[in-house]
Amino acid sequence: MIPLSYYLVLSAILFCLGVAGFLLQRNIVTIFMSVELMLNAVNLSFVALSYHFRLLDGQIFVFFVMVVAAAEAAVGLGIIIAVFRNRESLNVDRMNLIKW
Amino acid sequence: MYEAFFFLFALAAVGFAVNLVLQNHPIHSALSLIGVMASLASLYLMLGAEFIAAVQVIVYAGAIMVLFVFVIMLLNAGEEERTNFSRLAGTLGVPLILVLLASIASIVYRIAPSDEMVRFGDFHGRTADIGRMLFRTYLLPFEIVSILILVALVGAVVLARKES
Repeated sequence: MIPLSYYLVLSAILFCLGVAGFLLQRNIVTIFMSVELMLNAVNLSFVALSYHFRLLDGQIFVFFVMVVAAAEAAVGLGIIIAVFRNRESLNVDRMNLIKW
Repeated sequence: MYEAFFFLFALAAVGFAVNLVLQNHPIHSALSLIGVMASLASLYLMLGAEFIAAVQVIVYAGAIMVLFVFVIMLLNAGEEERTNFSRLAGTLGVPLILVLLASIASIVYRIAPSDEMVRFGDFHGRTADIGRMLFRTYLLPFEIVSILILVALVGAVVLARKES
């Protein structure tokens, strides 16, 4: 038997790894995948707390998070394709047009 | 048995996530992310969320990651050259992430009930109940996200269209 807090701490670890990937990676596609990792980590704590309260509302929230993630992935990858067409690079350090 | 499975999948999820952060090539990161999602689907099953586990595999590891891999291959993305980014971010970033992790963990330990144990099969989130709730209590949010995904669909088509 596993304490519930193990699941929540695992979710925190995955979230922090997502933050680390967001900050350390230079490739815009990998940065985007780090955001997906953070969303997944939050989903895990939703499901764990849904178990704790014996309520299904948490799982329905996970369902909505997945829909929003799918929408975000579609629009975000469209933006990435448009940026790549203009700048021929996926490196975020090269996208410094409005940086002072 | 159950504990062994928990630690197996938790270690797999953390290992794949570390690999995602450390890899230079985006396709390796994408494969690691699929591994994280598969491990999380197993953890959802152990928490009694079988519908969410199935949707995780079909929608996340299936559809969304196919989209990612497709874009990586379409753009022929290779390893990025290392650019010297802000030194402040390099030196302060990792300690601040550890601070974030420590603060989340301490809050979890303060508010999570320490005697709560997860037993496999104790709570069973049946798909029929989820569907009933989704179309009764959460009908309005459901309709709103369906409009959201329609807008995202149109937006993606407009963004990815070739300029004429």
